[in-house]
Amino acid sequence: MEEQVKTTGINEQEEYVINMGPQHPSTHGVLRLVVSLKGEIVKNVEPHVGYIHRGIEKMCESITYPQIIHLTDRMDYLSAHINNEAVCLNVEKALEIEIPDRVKVIRTIMAELTRIQSHQLFWATFGMDLGGLTCFFYGLRDRERILDIWEETCGSRMIVSYSCPGGLMYDIHPNFQKRVKDFIKYFRKTLPEYDQLLTGNVIFRERTMGIGKLSLEDAVSFGVTGPVGRAAGFSCDVRKYEPYSAYDRVKFNEVLFTEGDTYHRYLVRMEEMRESMNIIDQLIDNIPEGQYAVKMKPVIKLPEGEYYQRVETARGELGVYIVSDGNKNPFRIKFRSPNFVNLAALNMMSKGFKIADLVAISGSLDLIIPDIDR
Amino acid sequence: MNKTELGIFIKSLEQDCRTKEGKQFTEVIVPSSKLHQLAFQLKENDESSFDFLFCITGVDYGQELGVVYHLRSTKYGHTVVLKTRTADRENPHFDSVTDIWKAAEFLEREVYDLLGIKFINHPDLRRLFLDNSWGFPLRKDYVDDINIVTK
Repeated sequence: MEEQVKTTGINEQEEYVINMGPQHPSTHGVLRLVVSLKGEIVKNVEPHVGYIHRGIEKMCESITYPQIIHLTDRMDYLSAHINNEAVCLNVEKALEIEIPDRVKVIRTIMAELTRIQSHQLFWATFGMDLGGLTCFFYGLRDRERILDIWEETCGSRMIVSYSCPGGLMYDIHPNFQKRVKDFIKYFRKTLPEYDQLLTGNVIFRERTMGIGKLSLEDAVSFGVTGPVGRAAGFSCDVRKYEPYSAYDRVKFNEVLFTEGDTYHRYLVRMEEMRESMNIIDQLIDNIPEGQYAVKMKPVIKLPEGEYYQRVETARGELGVYIVSDGNKNPFRIKFRSPNFVNLAALNMMSKGFKIADLVAISGSLDLIIPDIDR
Repeated sequence: MNKTELGIFIKSLEQDCRTKEGKQFTEVIVPSSKLHQLAFQLKENDESSFDFLFCITGVDYGQELGVVYHLRSTKYGHTVVLKTRTADRENPHFDSVTDIWKAAEFLEREVYDLLGIKFINHPDLRRLFLDNSWGFPLRKDYVDDINIVTK
């Protein structure tokens, strides 16, 4: 008996190391977290990534720019359209092509639909991670409507590949405007249900408020962007400070909080869905007439030089850095993916909290593993 | 500061660097020995205040290996691109900037993993995506045994 007490005494002094993942329901993919624990308190979190590293940057060096578009879908598959847009904008900027207004507006509407469906899935899975399984059904039910609109217009439901250098693959479907308006009308009614179900829930608030705090200073130093950064008060919305496509002609608010905890990361996304709907409202009736794509040369060669383009995906700032030597494929292409940078802050955020909070914190980062690994 | 002013300002901080006004950003080419010193000044100086490191890219230029840093100031909104190169392909190394920006920790590990560029004073420099037995795939002289990637 005495011996037993002694052993437990020793164990309490020592750190206990456990594996979370690679197959864990709350990591939403193959992310492995090596967690050092002391009792129930998290002392250190070390992410191990690379389980689905496909070497997209290397692959891009041997394929042409229109082909790269299709690979970018496979990074952050929930922001697929925005990833496409980033490469397209960069190629168009390098070639100094003027893009028709129609394309800009349609791309913006599509990007905002992408943001809404991504946040819907976040809401669905975040609720599920914290024990509210109903959220999952509500979230996916509404997301399905956006996917149906995409299926009609782009021919694909998730990895759309709708943009191409010079414009869009095809024009929008005649039903597109009506269906988007119907969806906005519908979602305006159902979004308050989300709040009733989760935002005001006592258990949910207890589990998220004050958990996983990130200060503004750390957010900037870690380069954390997107809803995670904005919850900490870091004004990092690319749509505001470097407007692209049609964001310079719409009015919207950048959602900012200063608390930086899990609850406010969640709130940023809820508010962003409302802002996205406002943006779509302003644009959907004013899609200009004109061409849906400009004629490009069959082989796209970028002039020698370096080009950087950043866009705001649902998870933060995506940067595409192309070094071109004048050939039809890039000399070097780098994707600055938001999830990869956000993951770096996970250790700092979860230190000192309980292991159950780690699920809430990593859930609020809304990590997409293929975007980390690339 | 606009692009020209920024170029002049950085030139005044560090004599040995070359500044170039690119189409988008001011580009600064700095010798690898002066990199950390200049990066520290750019972050700490109140006039430049580059507190947001958003991208580190390793590039294999053929003869030389290089690292490109994209910095932005959240206070003033200006952006600068720092570039540095080394001709040493066997044992390429630069000073780590992890003590200046915490974001560099993961980004530098990625550069090390894919290009084999070492960062001195990095707290935890290990392979990130790949196994230790792999070569450095983003180098131009990398030979893929299975020959999936051919140009």
